[in-house]
Formats: sequence, structure tokens, C-alpha cells
Amino acid sequence: MTAVLAPSTTQSHSKQALAVHFSGLGRSFGPADNRRVVLRDVSVQVEPGEILAILGTSGCGKSTLLRAAAGLDVPDSGEVLIDGTPVAGIDERCAVAFQEPRLLPWHTLQANVAIGLPKSSSASAGKAKVLELLKLVGLDTFAKHRPREVSGGMAQRTSLARALARNPGVLLLDEPFGALDALTRIKMQDLLLDIHSAQPTTVLLVTHDVDEALQLADRILVLGRNDDGQDGSTVAELVPVPGARPRNRNSTELGALRSSLLSMLGVTGH
Amino acid sequence: MSAEYATPVSKEGLEATGSAITSASAASRGSRPGGTAGRRAGIILLGLIVPALILLAWHLSTASGFFRPSQLPSPASVLAAAVDLIERGQLATHILISTQRVILGFLIGSLLGVLAGALLGLSRLADVLLTPTVGALRAVPSLAWVPLLVLWIGINEDSKVTLITIGAFFPVFTTLYLGLRHVDRNLVEAARAFGVNGVRLLTTVQLPAVVPALFSGLRLALAQSWLFLVAAELIASSMGLGFLLTDSQQTGRVDRIILAIILLAVIGKITDALLGIAERWAVRRWA
Ligand SMILES: Nc1ncnc2c1ncn2[C@@H]1O[C@H](COP(=O)(O)OP(=O)(O)OP(=O)(O)O)[C@@H](O)[C@H]1O
Ligand SMILES: [Mg+2]
Repeated sequence: MTAVLAPSTTQSHSKQALAVHFSGLGRSFGPADNRRVVLRDVSVQVEPGEILAILGTSGCGKSTLLRAAAGLDVPDSGEVLIDGTPVAGIDERCAVAFQEPRLLPWHTLQANVAIGLPKSSSASAGKAKVLELLKLVGLDTFAKHRPREVSGGMAQRTSLARALARNPGVLLLDEPFGALDALTRIKMQDLLLDIHSAQPTTVLLVTHDVDEALQLADRILVLGRNDDGQDGSTVAELVPVPGARPRNRNSTELGALRSSLLSMLGVTGH
Repeated sequence: MSAEYATPVSKEGLEATGSAITSASAASRGSRPGGTAGRRAGIILLGLIVPALILLAWHLSTASGFFRPSQLPSPASVLAAAVDLIERGQLATHILISTQRVILGFLIGSLLGVLAGALLGLSRLADVLLTPTVGALRAVPSLAWVPLLVLWIGINEDSKVTLITIGAFFPVFTTLYLGLRHVDRNLVEAARAFGVNGVRLLTTVQLPAVVPALFSGLRLALAQSWLFLVAAELIASSMGLGFLLTDSQQTGRVDRIILAIILLAVIGKITDALLGIAERWAVRRWA
């Protein structure tokens, strides 16, 4: 896969992986008299080219954190710096694969992926890249289909391809493999790693799946409440994952980390 | 209205209709068994059953003397009235002038409706500024404009087309405005996240999203246009199907009244069906 990918993509764009710095990020929702703190004082420094997995219970603010990085949401306090400059408004340097596929129903899968292409790309190079990406996510035979004619998992893979088409400095993935069966999920995880090693990009990967985080990430960020009893999620844990990829799922080191992550997420006895 | 010459024509007419139906359905079944074109033809034919039954009941009720010809003339005498008007060269004029008024008023009204709906549906400022006014204008029953139009524009083509324009405007405006208001925010956000904005956002996300709503608005507008045509022609005109209605009322020609009503039904249905074809195409393309 890497061989297929490397020549055309690295030639056409030479974007750098960019550092992401969350600095004292806070976000609340709701009316003034009933404000709910979702994120509180989140500070993380993500290195260029790093894969950071973000874990946390449902509703803890993972998507909100990604939206702040993409410039789709404005935090109440703190800021996000990409490559040292603050995010203000929708940020060209990021590409998002949303938690839902969010494909345009009136476009083919091919046209949907093409929306992700950077503005600078030429028509022919763009088309070739779109077809290549569709092939990589296993949808080349469905290029001319409409989103409603494909399954949820296929739509999600299309959404992933759209984000990859951007060739971004920062790739923001919100549970990109959530709707996939176990086998496709493993294929797509491998694909992500291939793409990541073929072209430099920083990846923030939100996931519910501890094992996925252990397989893919350089570090794992657990969003959750702190011991101090205040409302809102913050950095509950930020741990490096030991070992080089691909990692042996059964290693004792990973097993220990898995148990401690699971217990942090409120699951015990595994 | 003479029942003497009417009866034979009617029998022929009915038989002709009946045999046309059976042969057409046999053809459709024979040539394309189970094909979609055959199925569509079958559906159309099924839809013709009730009108054929109504025609039959109409014929029987008049032939049996249940209705007097001055109350309800027979189908044959209505047909005869049509032939008579055709021979005088008047029927085509009535139909053409009415159709022309409807098409003009419909086109202008829907174009203005699309422009206003897009403006108020997309621009917050225009929405805040203009929506109360447009809402108040919409609250005016459109026929209330007639005296003003007649005084300002006079009794001519322009005032009639203007009235139809008003009738066509609001359905298009309202459906497009509301449609644009309810475009899936998630889709808009996703497109914007990939740098799509301005005119490109309009053409790739917002307009395609409202195509189905726009077409239901257009079909409503077309129906309204026919409604307002008759209103305009009833009030003041010397040509057109509405004129045929009032004129025949004054001269007591019930056959011509019924002829005008049938023509309005048939032409209205045809124009709606044409728009329906465009709608099916657009919805397949965009939704
Ligand atoms: N636009 C908004 N308005 C009001 N509340 C919001 C908004 N966006 C998010 N929230 C709230 O913020 C909280 C965190 O939402 P978020 O989508 O970030 O959770 P999440 O961690 O991604 O959850 P999940 O794993 O279920 O996707 C939720 O309680 C949600 O109700
Ligand atoms: Mg989420």
C-alpha cells in the first residue's frame, strides 16, 4: 500500500506535519444561568507528526476539542496554536473526518472526496488523487455511487478519504472507524499508519476503543474529570504508548496500560 | 343544445375511448412485460379509470333524462360546443391567450420568488429587515390587489399577468425561504470545513439541498397561477377561458361553461405533469 501511495501523494504536495498546542482551553455550553462546563483548562502539546489518540467517556468533550482545533468552534478561554499561530476561524491547515460521514447526498462518492482536495490542486491531478484514495479505502468500484446507495461503514470510509485528500498538516479524525466491522477496521487502521508513514502529518484521533488507541497512537490523552471535583473534562492522563508499531497486542506492557486506561474510563475487572 | 344529434356522437366517442384504453394497455403489456415504461403506462391508465367512469355516469344521467340539458348538458353536446367554437376559430384563441398569461405570470412570479427566497433565506440582514414586510404582504388576500392593479395598470394584459405573478410569487418564495433556513447545518459545516464558501457553498450545498422544496413550491405556484388567471379573466377580459366562463354564464350556455371547466382541468393537469417530469429529473439529479 505504501508503495502505491508514496510517489503520487508526496510529489503533488509537500506539506509539513504541524505542531498543535492546546493552551488552557475551556468551553462551556448553555445559557448564562445554566452554564455547563464541558472542557476546562485543557493544555497539551502535540508534536509534529505525532499520532495522539484521545479517549474519554461519551459526552466528555472529545468532539468539542477537535472542533476547536479545526476552528469550527470558538473556545471560551484559552486557544489552540497550530505551528505556533493561533486558530481563528476555519483553519486551512486542518482536515476533519467528522463523527458522522456528512457526505453531500447529491454528489457521487468521487465528487464528495474531491471536495477535500486542496484549492491548489489541478483538475487532472486532483481526479487521479481522488481515485487513488477511493481505491485505498476499498471503494474504487463505488466511485460513481451516491452516499445513500452505500453502507454506513462505506460512507465513513469516504469521509476518511475526503479528509486525506486535503493532505493536511493536521488530520483530525473523530471516531473514523466507529461504524466498521472488525476486519475492515483493522484494514483501515493499517491504511492510516501507511499514509502516516508515507507523508508527514499530525494526527488527532478520537476513539472509544482502547485497543485501537494502543495500536495506533504515539501517546494517549484521556479526557475526563480531575480529582479536584470541579466540573468539566480536562487532561486526566497523558501517556506514551511503549514500543514501535505494529505492536503485539498481547504484550504484558500493553496489557498493563490497557487495564489502567480501562479503569480510568470506568471499566473494571478486565 | 339538441339531444338529437348529440347521442350518436357520444356513443362513438365512448367506444373510441374504451377501445383506445384496451388496445393501449394490451400494447404496453405485450411489448414490455414488467418494464418500468410499461408499468408507468399502466399506472396512467389506472388513473384514467375514474375519469372514464365519471364520463359514463355523466352520459347515462343525461341520456336517461335524469338531468335536463339546461341543468347538465350531455357529454356529446359539450363536445359539440367545442367543435362549434373550434369552427368559429375561437377555442384556440381562448386557450392560447390563457396559457400565455399563465406561463408569463408563472415565470415572472417564480423568478422573483426564487430571488427573494434566496435573498431572505441566505442573508441574515435581509431576513431581519424584510421578513415582517413580506409576511404582511403575503397576509393580503391576493384578489384584494385587483382594484389597485386595474386602476394603476388598466384593464389589459399587464394587469392580468401581474395578478398571476403575485399568485405565483408567494408559494415559490415561501418554500425556498423555509428550505434554505432548514438546510442541514452539519452538511454546511462540513463543506465550510473544507474551504467551501460564498457562491460555491451556495451551488454545491445550499441550492441542491432545496431542490425538492423548490419544485413543490413551483407546482403550488403553477396551480395558483391558473387560479389567478381565472380570477383575472372573470373580472375583466374579452378573451381567455375565464372570459368564456363569464360570457357563457350571461348567455346561459351551460355546455360552454362545462367545456371551459374541463379545459381548465385538462390543461392545468398537463402543465402540472410537465413540471412533474422536470421535478423527477431534478430530484434524481440533486437529491
Ligand atoms: N453546540 C453545542 N451546544 C450545546 N451543547 C453542546 C454543543 N456541542 C457540544 N455540547 C455538549 O458538550 C458535551 C460534549 O460534547 P462532545 O460532542 O464533545 O462529546 P464527545 O466526547 O465527542 O462524545 P461522544 O463520544 O459521544 O461523541 C455534551 O454534553 C454536549 O451536549
Ligand atoms: Mg464525539
